[in-house]
Amino acid sequence: MKFTVTVTLKKDVLDPQGKVVLNTLQNLGMDNLKSIRQGKYFEIDMNDIDEEKAKKKVDDMCKKLLANMIIEDYKVNKI
Amino acid sequence: MNSSVIVFPGSNCDRDIAVALEKMQFKNQMVWHKESKLPKSDLIVVPGGFSYGDYLRSGAIAGKSLIINEVIKAADKGCLILGICNGFQILTETGLLKGVLLRNKNLRFINKDVNIKIINNETKFSNKYKKNQILKINIAHNEGNYFTNSNHLKILNNENLIAFKYCDKNGNINEDSNPNGSLENIAGIFNSKKNILGMMPHPERMMDNLISNTDGANLFLSLLK
Repeated sequence: MKFTVTVTLKKDVLDPQGKVVLNTLQNLGMDNLKSIRQGKYFEIDMNDIDEEKAKKKVDDMCKKLLANMIIEDYKVNKI
Repeated sequence: MNSSVIVFPGSNCDRDIAVALEKMQFKNQMVWHKESKLPKSDLIVVPGGFSYGDYLRSGAIAGKSLIINEVIKAADKGCLILGICNGFQILTETGLLKGVLLRNKNLRFINKDVNIKIINNETKFSNKYKKNQILKINIAHNEGNYFTNSNHLKILNNENLIAFKYCDKNGNINEDSNPNGSLENIAGIFNSKKNILGMMPHPERMMDNLISNTDGANLFLSLLK
């Protein structure tokens, strides 16, 4: 059973890396860019257990380690 | 006074702090992160470096290590805890100190001597310094940009929990004297019981006039008092 987790900085936290990427893309002539936020992406492969249970575990992983809840949000998707 | 220095894979200021502690007559022991027991300690130091290569987030993996559970228990009992640089990042990841160290505003690793001002000199870590004293002290980090929510910032100010602020050589605290974008120029903070200090500057590098200055010595002398 596979899940993906995306971790991004919360909206009100400054993302200097995203800003530099945005500036560079604009220098490359990419127009119509509004903003870019950089984040982290995880692929988690789990044993085939009950889906609800697995989801809860992934949620727990995010809260305990993958994301720092002070500055980051996360999204879990089953694939 | 008995001290312990916690060593993680990737710690690189652990020997420096041990030399500093021994110079100041602490009885020091090095403690490997896989240990499940701490030696009897009055002071525990979480040193600087790049624990676990800064994987995931700086301090995140070390903050979940076996020995950290013991550090948390000791902290709850009132043991003095000092986190320097990566050690500060680790303490925020464990929750012993609130807030977080973000990437430096200029996105660069900064290694230079900067000025900091003593904001609170009435703690076990800072009583040998004078209030508003200006120190020259080395910083060397990529994530030193302290951030916390507005509620906690209020508490830091109201309860006098800010230890040091970045300033210029005349003591001015402003954007120009802020090396990394840190909130209100914060360079170090205490927990509410003031038995835990986290700081980005490296006092252990300022212990000898031969290589730098001795501005860090009073931190250790304060602890011995």
